[in-house]
Amino acid sequence: MTDTQLIASSALKAQARALTEEELREIEHELTLYPDKRAVGLEALKIVQKHQGWVSDESLLAVANYLEMSAHELDGVATFFNLIFRQPVGRKVMLFCNSVSCYIMGCEKIKARISEQLGIDYGETTADGEYTLIPVPCLGDCDRAPVMLMDGEQQRNLSIEKIDELLAKRAIENNSGSGIRQ
Amino acid sequence: MAKISVDGIEYEVDPDNNLLQECLSQGLDLPYFCWHPCMGSVGACRQCAVKQYRNAEDKNGTIVMACMTPASDGSIISIKDHQATDFRSHVIESLMISHPHDCPVCEEGGECHLQDMTQMSGHNYRRYDFKKVTHRNQNLGPFIGHEMNRCIACYRCVRFYNDYAGGEDLAALGSHHHVYFGRHEEGTLENEFSGNLAEVCPTGVFTDKTFSAHYTRKWDLQTAPSVCAGCGVGCNTAPGERYGTVRRVVNRYHHDINGYFICDRGRFGYDANSSDQRIEVARFRHGQESQFNTLSALEAKRQLNAMIGGDVIGIGSPRASLESNIALRDRVGVQNFYAGFSDGQFNCLQEVTKSLRETGLVCPSIRDIEQSDCILLVDEDITNTSARLALAVRQASRSAATELAKEARIPLWQDAAVRELAQNTRSPLIILSPQGTRLDDVASELHLLRLTEQLHLLQAIAHVIDPQANDLDDYSEANSSLANNIAEQLCRAQRPCLVSGISAESPALVKACTNIGKALRAHHSKNAESPRPIGLCFAMPEANSMGLALLLESGGKSLGAALQRLAQGNVDAAIVMENDLSLRVSAVALEEALAGQTPLLVLDQQHNSFNAKAQLLLPTASVFEQHGTWVNYEGRAQSSYQVFRPSEGILPAYEYLSITDPVQQCLVSSELIIQELARSDSRFNSLTDLRPPRTGISASMKSPRQSHRYSGRTAMYAQAHVHEAQQEQDRASSLAFSMEGVMLQKDASLMASPWAPAWNSNQAISKFQEEVNGELKQGSKGVLLCSRQSNASPYERFDIDSEQKLACFAIAHLFGSDEISAQAPAIQARCVGPYVCMGQSLANALGIRQHGLVQLETATVRVQLPVIIRSKIAQNCIGIYCANEVDKYALLNGKVALQAVSEHESHIASSRAMFDLLLIKDALRGEA
Repeated sequence: MTDTQLIASSALKAQARALTEEELREIEHELTLYPDKRAVGLEALKIVQKHQGWVSDESLLAVANYLEMSAHELDGVATFFNLIFRQPVGRKVMLFCNSVSCYIMGCEKIKARISEQLGIDYGETTADGEYTLIPVPCLGDCDRAPVMLMDGEQQRNLSIEKIDELLAKRAIENNSGSGIRQ
Repeated sequence: MAKISVDGIEYEVDPDNNLLQECLSQGLDLPYFCWHPCMGSVGACRQCAVKQYRNAEDKNGTIVMACMTPASDGSIISIKDHQATDFRSHVIESLMISHPHDCPVCEEGGECHLQDMTQMSGHNYRRYDFKKVTHRNQNLGPFIGHEMNRCIACYRCVRFYNDYAGGEDLAALGSHHHVYFGRHEEGTLENEFSGNLAEVCPTGVFTDKTFSAHYTRKWDLQTAPSVCAGCGVGCNTAPGERYGTVRRVVNRYHHDINGYFICDRGRFGYDANSSDQRIEVARFRHGQESQFNTLSALEAKRQLNAMIGGDVIGIGSPRASLESNIALRDRVGVQNFYAGFSDGQFNCLQEVTKSLRETGLVCPSIRDIEQSDCILLVDEDITNTSARLALAVRQASRSAATELAKEARIPLWQDAAVRELAQNTRSPLIILSPQGTRLDDVASELHLLRLTEQLHLLQAIAHVIDPQANDLDDYSEANSSLANNIAEQLCRAQRPCLVSGISAESPALVKACTNIGKALRAHHSKNAESPRPIGLCFAMPEANSMGLALLLESGGKSLGAALQRLAQGNVDAAIVMENDLSLRVSAVALEEALAGQTPLLVLDQQHNSFNAKAQLLLPTASVFEQHGTWVNYEGRAQSSYQVFRPSEGILPAYEYLSITDPVQQCLVSSELIIQELARSDSRFNSLTDLRPPRTGISASMKSPRQSHRYSGRTAMYAQAHVHEAQQEQDRASSLAFSMEGVMLQKDASLMASPWAPAWNSNQAISKFQEEVNGELKQGSKGVLLCSRQSNASPYERFDIDSEQKLACFAIAHLFGSDEISAQAPAIQARCVGPYVCMGQSLANALGIRQHGLVQLETATVRVQLPVIIRSKIAQNCIGIYCANEVDKYALLNGKVALQAVSEHESHIASSRAMFDLLLIKDALRGEA
């Protein structure tokens, strides 16, 4: 293919999806708090992630269109923050601290246990789409290290037993059919 | 002025600048990356660290970033301090951690700011032997290559592309060690100034893709100071040649015009020079035979002389050099010399030249425009006709931010702080246009008006400023509040500026704009103590539109008159020089003229449908291949020097036209023609000073076009000849086709490619400026030809056409409207075919869908074109982009009937793909 054909356009391939009513309502509320639209970019991404679990290209374009800003600029914001997910993540995201205090308190062993139980390494998601494991530098809970933030809840004083317990609970929930978001 | 001490030596500096800029202005070597003279400081790279001492007693000092520290009076700093040098060497070591060892295969190698700074900082050995961060590159389109692994994250690219040039599709993505500068998704970089990334990037992340395709190291390029022939702005360029082809064009610093940046047409259009459409040999046919014979150079000259006898008329060209136009005029005589403009432009230019002489008004340079605090942009789509002007207008919109920063006592070089303070505060930029423009994002007001409505509004504005300017009509009264508002902003401004053009081919528009200038002049002469500079300029579509217009002041008639004479058939021959007449008049008018069977003698660079009709067709030299003089929109004459000798048989048009004896070598040179003009015509007296005098040393020793490191001279053509060919001789200028001679560094006005010891990249230019971002030491400003009259002339009178049911306006595109650059493959990748723009209501009335087809019909022409339905377009009008294919003058001057045409889905899809290139943000979405 010639160069011309290859890059026939600068238009983006992804198409914006429609934002849901709920998303729109929450973003509109944020708009009332800031003097200009672009400032809402990060909050809007958080809102979309709250509802969708992650920020797809389609969502990113939808937010960019809505805020009348360039998708490229908004993606700059989205990718700057580690906790805006630009790839699909599991239903439960484990933000696992591997910083100094947790390291001293043996977080590596805990991490090994998680990986062994779930078969995933940092940055990976279980095949059933349930868990994603992501390292974070600190969760501000050093006196109760090792810690992780799982599904929005801080799990402190982690031990191998506690990990087993947490993951066992998930098995029960799974079997009973609850705990799985649509 | 402030005094600072650097390593024990005192310097006088400007306290409003930062230490880095002042150190560089003093000629000191201090490494830096993120700072740029046009973009100020953000303190991102930490490379310009120096030691600063509180006072003479302070022996310890503190490390500060020179770019973030004001050069305040009494500052004591040290560049050489060992802690500072140590700090800098560690900074560069960390910046270089993931930088690959690919200099030998990197396009930037040999002119790399990163190489220079690494050497300067003393980081000689890489100690980091862990895995480097690597990235996937993007295909950024036909202009720009991308190699992210080389990035040192200085952020200059996004600061230029987004903050300075208003681009939206390049972003800093990611964070910490995996920052990525690219697009959200692969695709062509949209901005019209994307090519500057190759120069702004301190290393080889963004490179010129067209250059890479036929790459040569900087030191192996033969260069000469040149002027861009892409439009009438006259940006200074430095084309580089090797083995007889132009390899690239880069910016050449000019303080008043292009500064550090040029547009993508100027940078990437050069490849047209070696396109397959280039005329390389002369050809001839007898009478109306269809068969051409090729002629040798000597035969061509003989044939030319045989044909130029008796009653011969000559048609000049705004895209030919001043020399060529003079040579043609002198050859055929003033009474037989005709303008190569369309008649509409011819009439406009007569008004424009008058306005250039009007007292009390100034024609702003690009730099002046950047500093204007209120701009009224009328009708002209400058982004597409004179792109560099648009970049300046964009900077002007920041004047309000400058004022805010001054009030808040924030130094202007504190770029991030000034932007943070200003947010969306912008100076007035009022745009009157029939459709949305690429400057809408910085416009304070956009009024979508047909030309006639604009004229009424301009009248009303002039009336508000000075009631004597003209009377009010009904329309103007109805819009008096709008007129009042605009007039008030113009009157309040300290440096108001009107920018318009001649694309609309409306002399009334030129008069209306001039009247506002005159009204402002009258207003301020009454009300203000000190006169304010009132800027008024008209964008010129071609490189020498203004030069030809000035020449025509002393005689010469319109193209229409020439065609009339041709139609009557009472001339012996017609010479058409570097001009495709099919782009200047309607096909019918041209046909009628050619029906006169007058033998046609055409000199041109590229084949086109018009010169295919010539009896004798002669190949002429391009801007790169001849010495030439070009007059820009300000009336500023500038010299371009021949970069290289074209192949035999290709001559500058002026040489062909000055030949009297075909066997003898032509003794006429650009220099002689210009000197003769300066001597014989008082309006051109100042041209005497155009070129640096060839006295003293340079009379015997010329300046080299090749760098002192130029390699392969004895081996370049070894495959053809075993002996070294004699160097080409240049008898016509003070430059030599050699690496020997007086160092270019002695005279920056002759310097195409800056180089200084330790400074191999284009950043070396600061060594040749009076101060950073200031005048070149030897000056190279060109000569302003239009002096102002002493007396003010009265207001212009003009009639406004009565309102028609449907108005048509012509659309121009940066890539495609200029016929020469449109032959460059990279530019062609960005070109689109002809189309029509209209609003939703008109489309509904006609029953046309987005990207559907419409038929346009006049008495003489019928075409079917795809449609773009957009929201930003004036009522009851259509825009037509002719792409140099469709008969523009038949459509624009005729009465157009519109009709929908049924089309296939596949057609709509292919149109849609094409229109993605146009970046019309307000195009309404078609049905999925």
